[in-house]
Amino acid sequence: MTLPDHAPVRHKRKRQAFPLVLVGPAVFMLLLVGLFPLIYSVIVSFQGLTMTDEDTSFQGIANYAQLFHDQRLWESIFHTVLITVIALPLELVFGLMMALLLLEPIRGRQVFVALLVLPTMISPIVAGATWRLLFDNHFGPLNQIIGWIAGHPTPLLWTVVPDLVYPSILICEIWQWTPFMFLLLLAALSGVDRSAGEAAEIDGASYWQRLWHIELPSIAPVMTVAILIRALDLARVFDVVWALTKGGPGTMTETVSIYAYVQGFQQFETSYTAAISFLIIALLSVLVAAAVRKVEFVR
Amino acid sequence: MSAKSNARHRRQRAVLALRYLAVLGLLIFFLFPVYWLLSISFKTADEIFASPPVWVPSSLQLNNYLVLFKDGDAVTVWNSLVTAGASTVLATIIGGLCAYSLARFRTGGNGLASWILSQRMVPPIAVVFPVFLLYVWFGWIDSYFGLILLYAAFNLPYVIWVMRGYIQDIPIELEEAALVDGCTRWQVLWMIVLPMARAGLFATAVFAFVFAWNDFLFALVLTRTEVTTFPVQVTHYFGGQSNFWAKIAAMSVLGTLPVFAIVVVFQRFLVRGISMGAVKG
Repeated sequence: MTLPDHAPVRHKRKRQAFPLVLVGPAVFMLLLVGLFPLIYSVIVSFQGLTMTDEDTSFQGIANYAQLFHDQRLWESIFHTVLITVIALPLELVFGLMMALLLLEPIRGRQVFVALLVLPTMISPIVAGATWRLLFDNHFGPLNQIIGWIAGHPTPLLWTVVPDLVYPSILICEIWQWTPFMFLLLLAALSGVDRSAGEAAEIDGASYWQRLWHIELPSIAPVMTVAILIRALDLARVFDVVWALTKGGPGTMTETVSIYAYVQGFQQFETSYTAAISFLIIALLSVLVAAAVRKVEFVR
Repeated sequence: MSAKSNARHRRQRAVLALRYLAVLGLLIFFLFPVYWLLSISFKTADEIFASPPVWVPSSLQLNNYLVLFKDGDAVTVWNSLVTAGASTVLATIIGGLCAYSLARFRTGGNGLASWILSQRMVPPIAVVFPVFLLYVWFGWIDSYFGLILLYAAFNLPYVIWVMRGYIQDIPIELEEAALVDGCTRWQVLWMIVLPMARAGLFATAVFAFVFAWNDFLFALVLTRTEVTTFPVQVTHYFGGQSNFWAKIAAMSVLGTLPVFAIVVVFQRFLVRGISMGAVKG
């Protein structure tokens, strides 16, 4: 919908400027903080800058060539993918189960929903810190509870032992973001037209048949968008891992975001970090393009 | 017949009981960590470092919080309030105006709208380094202005996208009538669009605030000592061998309360906001 052309004539010239005046500040800000730094770092990525070496001479593609020989970088990408492909399906399935559980009328439903969504509102750093306290091998309650179930003390070093660091991160991640999936899917399921399901029920369709053939297809667009949003979030995962393990032990849980941070702000490899940034953008651009198209499609 | 309906009735009751049981399990899983954080913030050192753990603190002593205020650490919560608050106001105003333009005039066509949306999806780690270089150049590191500008810019795409949806849902007839009656465009915006978009603006602003409030990476990189925000402060309490548990817990609670308060106050606007925010961008 656009405004028609029957506004008073004296506004004619103003009217053409008006839409641009409204857009101006926003576009200026996005260019300043979004595009301008990117262009600047394109230049930097072709130079040889480090903390100690102010070498601004043109280095060709040296930094980009180095990306392919950087084993730690590709491992960090693998860690990120690993966390994503495990956490995302679990969050989706658990979120869907929770949404179905609370879709039918149940006394106290509104309160339950409000309480269950709390973890998503918490800062990821606080979520990581909280689970760090829960996981502590001496004073944390988790090992105590496991000890009760196992019948003997189990001082597990959750955020330290190689076998347990990924489960720790995944538990925390799933704890925080399953409620997000749950809320989205609950809203989507509540919007599904009930009449088709009721007709199918009269025809003798079972609960699972109705779910599979009627409700899930109806919420598929919302599900797709939810998956894309979470995939983009998980691809950049930083805070939770930082709070729980700082990428350790060694570099075992180093995600690509953490690696880029370490290179840029602890090793001060200025130019190389710029190159890493562009690799990340290139790798994610497919996902971003898909997300932009889907989100526009749903609109 | 009555036996059959009795059986059906019993089955329904059993299903309902199972559902309550499942909800109870979920509440324990999702809320126990929150409880544990809260309980540690009230515990004495002896209670924190007890094995087996103390499940309920003996009293609601506020010492852990008082220490934060006495040492000046609590100022980081104030820093978070200033930066998240100011950036939210900025993003909501600038983004709201831009959204109106996109919704009513199709300014820039689909290209501009898509470009703005894609800005939202660029991973922060890819942006943070270039932004850092820019900020060093301009001398904006560790300043309120720098962080406010960044959070506002970071939230703009979200605000624009969601508000565009809200504004498109507002009937256009009132605006047309006002224009015919001789109102200026700005008067239309102020007197007709603003009141009708208010619920949407509140919901959008709450989410923008929460995004800025919860940010860690930008604050970690772009601040030093002056405008440290509370999530960065929390990570300062992690030690190699031992952690400052009382401070971690108290600071975390202190930094979470404002968000909970805002979410509770604006709750009725939020469900639409979260689904719009996700589905519409």
